[in-house]
Amino acid sequence: MTIVEPTENIPSGDNRLLGDDVKMREIGKLERFLGPDNYRIVKGLVKTPASRIGFFLVFFFAMIAIFAPLIIAPVPPNDPYKIPRDGYKNDPRAPGTEWKRQVPEMPFWYKTLTGKDEWVHLMGTSEGSYDIFYGVIWGTRTAFTTGLVVTIATFLIGVIYGSISAYYGGVVDNLMMRVLDVLMILPSTLAALILAAVLTPKIGKSVLPVMIALIAFGWMGYARIIRGDILSIKERDYIMAAKVSGVKNSRILFKHIIPNAIFPTLVLASLGIGDVVLSFAALSFLGIGTETGYADWGQLLSFARNWISSLGTYWYIVVFPGITLVLYVMGWNLIGDAMRDVLDPRMRGKS
Amino acid sequence: MTTYIIRRLLLVPILLIGVTILIFGMMQLLSPVERTALYLKDFPKNDKAIEGLIKRYGFDKPVYVQYYNWLMGVENPTTGEREGGILHGDFGYSRSSSMPVSELISRRFPNTVDLALWAMAPMILIGIWLGVQAAVHQNTWIDQGLRIFSIVGTSFPTFVFGLLVLMIFYAKLQWLPPGRLSGWASAIVDSAQWRTYINVLTIDSLLNGRFDIFVDALRHMILPIVTLSYINWAGFLRVTRSSMLETLRQDYVVTARAKGLAEHDVVFGHARPNALLPVITMAGFSIVGLLGGVVITESVFNYPGIGAAAARAAVSLDIVTMLGFAIFNGLILIVANLVVDIVYAFIDPRVRLS
Repeated sequence: MTIVEPTENIPSGDNRLLGDDVKMREIGKLERFLGPDNYRIVKGLVKTPASRIGFFLVFFFAMIAIFAPLIIAPVPPNDPYKIPRDGYKNDPRAPGTEWKRQVPEMPFWYKTLTGKDEWVHLMGTSEGSYDIFYGVIWGTRTAFTTGLVVTIATFLIGVIYGSISAYYGGVVDNLMMRVLDVLMILPSTLAALILAAVLTPKIGKSVLPVMIALIAFGWMGYARIIRGDILSIKERDYIMAAKVSGVKNSRILFKHIIPNAIFPTLVLASLGIGDVVLSFAALSFLGIGTETGYADWGQLLSFARNWISSLGTYWYIVVFPGITLVLYVMGWNLIGDAMRDVLDPRMRGKS
Repeated sequence: MTTYIIRRLLLVPILLIGVTILIFGMMQLLSPVERTALYLKDFPKNDKAIEGLIKRYGFDKPVYVQYYNWLMGVENPTTGEREGGILHGDFGYSRSSSMPVSELISRRFPNTVDLALWAMAPMILIGIWLGVQAAVHQNTWIDQGLRIFSIVGTSFPTFVFGLLVLMIFYAKLQWLPPGRLSGWASAIVDSAQWRTYINVLTIDSLLNGRFDIFVDALRHMILPIVTLSYINWAGFLRVTRSSMLETLRQDYVVTARAKGLAEHDVVFGHARPNALLPVITMAGFSIVGLLGGVVITESVFNYPGIGAAAARAAVSLDIVTMLGFAIFNGLILIVANLVVDIVYAFIDPRVRLS
């Protein structure tokens, strides 16, 4: 048996019997605001070094995305998300090659960090003379936009679907869950691949078809999780009290149940961004979605497919965008790993 | 047990209808003209002819009639017989591969099976072994190291990992090539002297007594196998580890220790068999996933399985082929999930008796 630490687990309120050496645990503003369960989750998230590295990585990429125009400015007539091309030569060029056509403006940091007066291709150019550095920097924006939009949309759909299913229960619940089963049969990559391929001729080559496809087949997990949480909260006394006092169904659901059940799903969703970015990159790697030359990491990597036998010489067309993507996803996964420990019901109640 | 299996079997037709409706529904995003174009090799230019075709294939009928036609085939106005229909195995004509979709699937599927056959063992067994090691050495440097290893594994997109191993082992070292067979080997396989048994190359080559071709086929599969294994180890590691930790806390493990059993016997004789129950389900689903064609892995390594074919069809917007693959995939997954559930029920008495 372990001995319970006196500073923890003290019933609040009555402290007359406690000696001077035992202090009440201070409850901060944040804890009061979030409630003990949610506070424990937030605290657990920043506890381990791994999750701190994760937060750092995500923060780092967020900064790059925000300040992308300062790091490397778009070349005027082009759309900012279009990677500038230094000519039309097909073969990749090594890092350090001089940049001749479609040269971006000189940013303030360039001379101090590189010591050069002229733009060079810092990470080389890929197939078709697309600058890799530009693609990596502006691809960060694509990663965050697609990740955020898809995650928010899937989260909302999942929460609404799962709540309705759980709240009504019975036949409705059973039916809605069977629909989920059907939607989850096909592997999500394949399902999204098909839908994106059907949608592409309709709305043209852009980020949209892939995003819609990822949303359509991405929300089922959230629906399942929130359903489980709601089922347990539904049985609590305060819900019964609301029912007895004649509160409308929709009001009970949206004002009483969802706010109490949503937190774990919310946190999971915020960490799903990494996975979304992975799927998005995978589809664009296969050639579905954005038009050639759009700044997104999957597209940059797909250029490498035509140079597989000479990757020994052209290593930079894989290594730079590849490492960027891995670090980005790893950032989210490190946070997610800490999250899993915190949310694991078997770990609940342990500090 | 019987009721469990019956209940589980009853779910199969529901899922089948659901999946076909889902796929049919995606097709409804296209207009009747576009859908007509999907099924014809030479699309007529004038509007009259197009309208005639739409009538002929019933694309102007109510949706449920179209769904029925799609499943059972369209009635031929002169003979009155039903032609085509996916239930008769007619998935349409694949433009991206210039052959019927059903033929494309039957050619590509054996390759996918071959890869699944060889990737299965390293993926599952090493994954489980790593998980047990992490649990037994909980909170030591082994555990921490494996944790980092698995986080890196889950963060590596399949295609980035694939491209990197190709860069090292193919482009730089020239050891392991992508594709399916070397030139000399495929010349033999295509020649008349080659006897096809079940189309799965590694097995056929042994039956033909050509050990050199067996080795060549295997050599081409090593990189995809390594990629699939590395990507999947993380999952097995995590599930095995947490299940093993849970089991090691159980009373019967304490009893075993109290009896004075050697730690090795406690871990591998008493704890591990019980800890593996949740892992078995996961392994089942992974094998199913492999059989469904691993779209990205096959594409990166240019491996001619159904996954790569699906990806190619998607890029050339060959929707007929894609939908054919989706139906085939859905079918495999439904049957395989059923098998996994029933096998699991046999293994785990708690499910069997509930």
